[in-house]
Parts: sequence; structure tokens; C-alpha cells
Amino acid sequence: MPQVVVDVVLKPEISDPQGQAVLGALGRLGHTQVTGVRQGKHFVLDVEGSLSRADLEQIAETLLANPVIEDVELHLPTD
Amino acid sequence: MRIGVITFPGSLDDVDAARAVRLAGAEPVALWHADHDLRDVDAVVLPGGFSYGDYLRAGAIAARAPLMQDVVDRARKGMPVLGICNGFQVLCEAGLLPGALTRNSHLHFRNRDQQLRIERADTAWTSSYGEGQTIVVPVKNGEGRYVAAPAELERLEGEGRVAVRYVGGNPNGSLRDIAGVTSEDGRVVGLMPHPEHAVEDLTGPSTDGLGFFTSVLKAVVSA
Repeated sequence: MPQVVVDVVLKPEISDPQGQAVLGALGRLGHTQVTGVRQGKHFVLDVEGSLSRADLEQIAETLLANPVIEDVELHLPTD
Repeated sequence: MRIGVITFPGSLDDVDAARAVRLAGAEPVALWHADHDLRDVDAVVLPGGFSYGDYLRAGAIAARAPLMQDVVDRARKGMPVLGICNGFQVLCEAGLLPGALTRNSHLHFRNRDQQLRIERADTAWTSSYGEGQTIVVPVKNGEGRYVAAPAELERLEGEGRVAVRYVGGNPNGSLRDIAGVTSEDGRVVGLMPHPEHAVEDLTGPSTDGLGFFTSVLKAVVSA
């Protein structure tokens, strides 16, 4: 069954306190070469039949992500 | 006057909200998120809680509930709607209010009595207060940090859309100390703090919260 992957990340201008907490923990573990962390969400959709790119964009932008604060990356099976 | 209180799976403060409605002198009407029936109410309160366990984003799934389509349609025609805490998150997710509520900047759940300043005393839900009046009601949230793009914030400030602001300390890192915003027509208000927990001396830090629920009585009569 074809799968579509949707990655959702906070827009660059929205601060990410969870990512900052992860960065702090990495620093305490000695991984000081990591200088930034942004935390996001990863959706894997099983798709039956045909679903257009426009349909997927609609799904991503009306439910999976909140366009006020988040950006979306679509990864179609042919990508 | 009939004021609906919507229960979603995971709502917590629907009973307190209904109690506040009754103490204000109106009839609370229980509404269920999955029904397409507003039961002839004159206004609606979206209560606090953790609808759908805050899955996906706080308020995101509740905002797509069947009853919310009716709420959005009626709100666009002027029905007063108050969203408290999770209800505020639902209103932003439903597109009735601008901006979004995100994880508190310090990552902690914050629970305390909070001072607020009423910035707009001419909305459907704040007319019982005076402009600039300071009140104290509880605040309790983990994802209460109000954000919007810089240009959007400027626009909201310019239009006087910030209805309530935190004073005496910002509990969650909200931009510009924003605790509540209103729609362009002043009929829809979203509020992170909990006025429904400050309506009786026995249980609240004050009775300052009652004014939100008495305000709407005048708003509906004058509509």
C-alpha cells in the first residue's frame, strides 16, 4: 500500500522550548557539537486508491499542521 | 436566556462553566460535541480541559467536531462564544480567533491565581468590567503561550483585539502578555485563565470571574 509521509515542523520564527530542552540535555551528555534542535512531527499515511497532491496538501494544512505556527513537508511515494 | 456549554471527550471544566452560567442568572444547556444541534442557545461556552488528550495539537481535533461547524456558522452571524483555556485553543484551531497557543516557554504546567487587566470592556463577554480594571482568577495550563506572527500581533494591537492581558507576571511566556483576544466584532472571546473558577467565595480566590458570564446576558439582550 502506498505511503505518504508528512513532516510538520514549527516555523523558524516560532520558539521551540521542547527543542531547547533537548538541546540542553545533549549538552549535559557532552554532545556540545550539537548547537540547535527543532522538534517536529512525522506522519505516515497509508493511502488506498488515488489521492491527488492537492488532496494531500489539504489534509496536511487543515488538520495535520496548524499553518499559523507550523510548516509542512510532503513526501509522496514517487519522491 | 440559554447558554450552551459544549462537552468534548476530555473536557474537564464543563460543570464549573455551567455552574458559573447559572450563578450569573442564565440557564446552562449541556451540548455534546458529536451532535449537530445547538439546542436553541443564545451563546456558547467552550470549557477547559484536555479534549482528545491534547493529541495532535491542543484543541485541534475538537475544533473539527460536528458541533463546531454549527458554532462557527452561528458565531460568524454574531452569536457570542467564549473559549476558556482548552476552549480558547479550540477557537484558534477552528479559525474563529487569530494566533495559536503553544507549549509554555518554561515547559512547566503553571497553576496559580493570576492578575489580569481588562483591556477591552466593550466585548460581549467583558462589558461588566471597566476598561483597565484589574481582576484575579486562576490560571492553569501547560500549553498557554499565545503566539502569532509579528505582523499579525501588530495588527491585533492596532485593532484593539487584545481583550485581556497578564499583569504581575506572565505565567507561560505569552507574547505581549496576551491572556485573551477577541474577534473583530467583539462577540467571540478566547481566554487562557479560568473565570469559571472564580465565581464563589467558598472555592475561588475571588468572585471576579463572574463578570464574564453576566456580560453576555446584556450582549444577547442588545443583539
